[in-house]
Amino acid sequence: MIRRFKILLGAFAVILPVLASNPVLAVNPDEMLSNPVLEERAREISKELRCLVCQNQSIDDSDAELARDLRVLVRERLVAGDDNQEVIDYIVARYGDYVLLNPPLKPETYILWASPVVLVVLALLAVFAFYRRKQRDGSSASASLSKDEQDRLDELLGTSKDDGKA
Amino acid sequence: MRFSIAVIPLVLFAALAGVFLLNIDKDSSVVPSVLIDKPAPEFSLPPLPGRDKGLSRADLTKGEVSVLNVFASWCIPCRAEHPLIKRLSHEANVPVYGLNYKEKDPRDGVKWLAELGDPYASVGMDLSGRTGIDFGVYGVPETFIIDGNGQIRYKHVGPVTVEVLEKVLLPKIEEIKG
Repeated sequence: MIRRFKILLGAFAVILPVLASNPVLAVNPDEMLSNPVLEERAREISKELRCLVCQNQSIDDSDAELARDLRVLVRERLVAGDDNQEVIDYIVARYGDYVLLNPPLKPETYILWASPVVLVVLALLAVFAFYRRKQRDGSSASASLSKDEQDRLDELLGTSKDDGKA
Repeated sequence: MRFSIAVIPLVLFAALAGVFLLNIDKDSSVVPSVLIDKPAPEFSLPPLPGRDKGLSRADLTKGEVSVLNVFASWCIPCRAEHPLIKRLSHEANVPVYGLNYKEKDPRDGVKWLAELGDPYASVGMDLSGRTGIDFGVYGVPETFIIDGNGQIRYKHVGPVTVEVLEKVLLPKIEEIKG
C-alpha cells in the first residue's frame, strides 16, 4: 500500500514539472507582433477574453479557429492605436459581456458580485449566534443544577476524597 | 428558533432546485446575441468566383424583411440544414442571403452550392471571417432575420431543423413583416 503510494508520488514528481514548465502555446509565432510592448498588451487582453467555441478557455489558450481570428483582430486594433479598453469594448460590442472572463460590475451583475460578501457575512453571523447560544446554554445549565444533583455531586466528590484518604 | 434554522437548508435546496428546473431546457452553449434590435454592421463582400453580385449592407436595407444565412462548405451541420434553407426561401417569400464563411479555397462555396442547390438571392464571400465577427458569429451555421431597416431582429445559432423552421423562423418572419 505505502509502496504503491510512493510509486504514485514518484510519477507525480516526474510529471508535474513537465506540466508546469511546458504550457501548450496556442498563440502561433506568425500571429505575434514584432513590437514586444504591443505583443505583451495583446497577451494581456487575450487572457481576459473568452473563446466562444470552447467557452471555458480564454482566446489566448484556445486552438479554435475563431480564437485565432480574435487574437489577430486584437493585435490589429492595438496596432491601429486602440488602448486596451477600446479593444475589449470592440469585441464586447460584437459578442456581448459573455466574452469577458471577468464579468463587469453593473446592475445585472450586482447579485453575482455581492453574493460572496453576503455569504461570508451570513456565515459570520451564524458562527457568532452559535457561540453565543453555547455560552448562554452553558451558564444556564450550571445554574439549573437541582438540589438532588448538587447533593449527588457533593456525595461523589466526598466519596472520591474518602477514597483518597483510605 | 431551532426549527427555523433547520428549515434554511430545505428552503435553499428548494430554491436551487427551482432555478435548475427553470434552466433545464436551456442550451448553455447558445450565447445570446448582443446585436438583436441593433443595426446590421456595415460590410461589403465580394461575390463567389464566377458570379457578379456579392453582398453588402445595402442589400439588407431595401425596406423588406430578409434572412442572412451563414454557411461554409466545411461545416457538416450546414449540409444538414441546407434543404431547410431551401424550404425557407420558398415558403417565407423573403430574400435569403448567404454569407459564405471562411472557405479554405474560394471555389469551395460555389462547388458546394452546385452540388446541393442554391437557394440564395446572393452570396457574399467572407474569406477572412471578419464580417462574421462583426455579426457576432461564433459557430456556423447561424441564421439572422433582418427587418427592412437593416435591424437584426432574430438570430438562430446552429442548424435549422424542421421544428425551428416551422415553429420559430417562419412565424418570426411573418411577425416582423407585420
